[in-house]
Amino acid sequence: MKESFDVLIVGVGGQGTILASNILGEACLIAGLPVRGAETHGMAQRGGSVVTHIRIGGVYGPLISPGTADLIISFDLLEALRYRHFLKHGGTIITSDAVIMPTSAFTAGAEVPTPAEIMARLEDVACTVVDAAGLAAEAGTILAQNVVMLGAASHALPLSEEGLREAISRSVPPKTVETNIRAFELGRACLE
Amino acid sequence: MLGNEVIAHACLEAEMDFASGYPGTPSSEVIDYLRHQKDREFYVEWSVNEKVAFENALAAAWTGIRSLVTMKHVGLNVAADPLLTSAYTGVTGGFVILSADDPYAHSSQNEQDSRRYALFAKIPCLDPATVREAHSMMKAAFEISEEVGLPVLFRPTTRICHSKSDVDLGVPGTGHRTGEFVRNPQQYVVIPVHTRMLHKKLNDKQPGLAKMLVEVGFNTAEVRGKTAIITGGIAAAYAEELISEGVSFAKVGAYPIDPEWLKAFVDQHDTVLVIEELSPVIEEAVRMAATTTVVHGKMDGHLPLEGELSPAAVAQAMASAGFTPTKTYPVVTPEAGVPARPPLLCAGCGHRAVFYAMRKVFKDGIFPSDIGCYTLGIQLNVVDTTICMGASITVGSGIAQSGETRPVVCTIGDSTFLHTGIQGLLNAVYNGANMIVIILDNRITAMTGHQPNPNTGVTATGVASPPVSIEAICRSCGAPWVETVSSYDLTGLLQALQTAKERDGVKVIVARQPCVIDARRSGIRRKPYVVDPEACTGCGLCVKFGCPAIEFHDDKAVITSLCSGCSVCADICPVGAIHKGGAK
Repeated sequence: MKESFDVLIVGVGGQGTILASNILGEACLIAGLPVRGAETHGMAQRGGSVVTHIRIGGVYGPLISPGTADLIISFDLLEALRYRHFLKHGGTIITSDAVIMPTSAFTAGAEVPTPAEIMARLEDVACTVVDAAGLAAEAGTILAQNVVMLGAASHALPLSEEGLREAISRSVPPKTVETNIRAFELGRACLE
Repeated sequence: MLGNEVIAHACLEAEMDFASGYPGTPSSEVIDYLRHQKDREFYVEWSVNEKVAFENALAAAWTGIRSLVTMKHVGLNVAADPLLTSAYTGVTGGFVILSADDPYAHSSQNEQDSRRYALFAKIPCLDPATVREAHSMMKAAFEISEEVGLPVLFRPTTRICHSKSDVDLGVPGTGHRTGEFVRNPQQYVVIPVHTRMLHKKLNDKQPGLAKMLVEVGFNTAEVRGKTAIITGGIAAAYAEELISEGVSFAKVGAYPIDPEWLKAFVDQHDTVLVIEELSPVIEEAVRMAATTTVVHGKMDGHLPLEGELSPAAVAQAMASAGFTPTKTYPVVTPEAGVPARPPLLCAGCGHRAVFYAMRKVFKDGIFPSDIGCYTLGIQLNVVDTTICMGASITVGSGIAQSGETRPVVCTIGDSTFLHTGIQGLLNAVYNGANMIVIILDNRITAMTGHQPNPNTGVTATGVASPPVSIEAICRSCGAPWVETVSSYDLTGLLQALQTAKERDGVKVIVARQPCVIDARRSGIRRKPYVVDPEACTGCGLCVKFGCPAIEFHDDKAVITSLCSGCSVCADICPVGAIHKGGAK
């Protein structure tokens, strides 16, 4: 049996990890690939750390075990660090350069590593950092950071650019298609 | 497509005529998908609790139409009373009970296994291993129910409900039925003389039922060698990825398991490993069936009795029981020193201000709470107990009547109050408890995804329905003092709590403000607030409020773009450094 390409999408509740996984799922359908995915709903999603599993070409269960992900797409630098142990040897992390400060940093004085410290701790893996917020703003709305990140990750995905564009058009609200396609293009271009 | 949407679509294909349910993760999206269908030819409702939902759907099935009721696993506890006797009465139209289990308790208070309920009630249970199987099983469930005249329990788990999969959907059916109730007191009136006969009838159905479920094809077995893996539910998908050649494979998707079928398979093997999530339901049946075969599973410690399984956990169980998995998983440790990021109440959530006021007025209070977003108040030290839906007021009155002298202040959401909170209030007032009940009224069932309830003003399908008066309900329960305050009015909250503190009996405060997410969706925009850095003394009081929109940099508070303009922090600031400003 051919192996699946296992992608973990991580971020903070509200950043659009589920929409990003919807887009990848849709792109699999367009490409005629089987796909399995698992996501976080309910209480766990409110502002908390969230993780979505997508197994492109997967035919078994939806969960990705630690140490086996081919790619981690992270919408927050701190979350990239939290989930890095899911990455397989030789896997890739593509992450936003920003950190949303956990509220515990202010209410309970929790120690939060700085972006530079996080980057130092990720030095031993193939990790690419993207200015997701800046590119999303350039595309028209900072809400499109998730699609910027998909664009940046698109080079590493076994899915065609055309398929991903089509999947975005089908998955986002009709009024926002243009902005999101622009976000995808800017994300894709930044890593060419 | 999401598992729950696939399940709902299967109901459309099966020409389901009636659906009811109470929201609960991971089950909620089934009714949400059905209620948003255009050109509906079936009836769909959000009910006020699972017992109500169950009885509505059961009665619909008594009229000969196909009916569905949905809930989460713990909801089935609420509906257990009609469940157990509905097996006696049976049904004429297909009746499917969807009870979604939550291994690992991602969003639940326990890890109970709904399969046990099906065995207890002596009704068939279908347990899908994949989203694709959930689709075919849900369609079959209605047919099986009609064939055997019994309710069918359909039991997906979180990793089915909230999984995505490619799936081949069928076409929604159009052959809907109209209900017609045929009087038959011997079936529908369970007085002792009837119920004794009905119980015998139910027991007589059992052997044929188990045989039929093998024929339907959801229990499959393939002999490939002298060792075997027997599995069911999502664990079957994990095991299939890892099973070696020459190891036999049996998958249980339907219960009760035919003992003869199981014994015939088990007897052909020297060693069997049973892999399933939650309770050892299959394993117990296998151990009963086995004579000389060695059986491994949860009961001899190869698999955990709690939590959810994963491919790595299944591989580990296989290795420990002497079955070589086709893949091994690296042992990795998560990064240390990454601060936790638990879920939080939203910026602008009305609950936070109420919690803040409670702590101010009741420094030594005891705070029983309930199930909803507000359970997150545990982070603000204002949630002392949570056990099940509606149990804030009852736990509160129990503590208040125990001789405990500290003040009892309990919190409950509007949907939970209407679910099973009213009886607790009625009881507390009737028996003269001394306590405060705060109803956190955000007009909607927020945590499960903003489903409407009788307090919202619309039904599941968007038809206007006059919102109930929570105050009138409380007064008619006998509560002599009922005050309503805006959750954003900190001064008003403090005053109401202070007044309540000085009174005897059951005092009710309704703290009302629409859920901030729902308010934003319906177009309510408030100007955000900003901190004047000149005036800010860096005292940190606003930061301790715990709002995710307030950060603290260089000894000054800063309000971020998450601010929704609730204004409460401006009331907290002792030097008036926070004021309205910035763009909407």
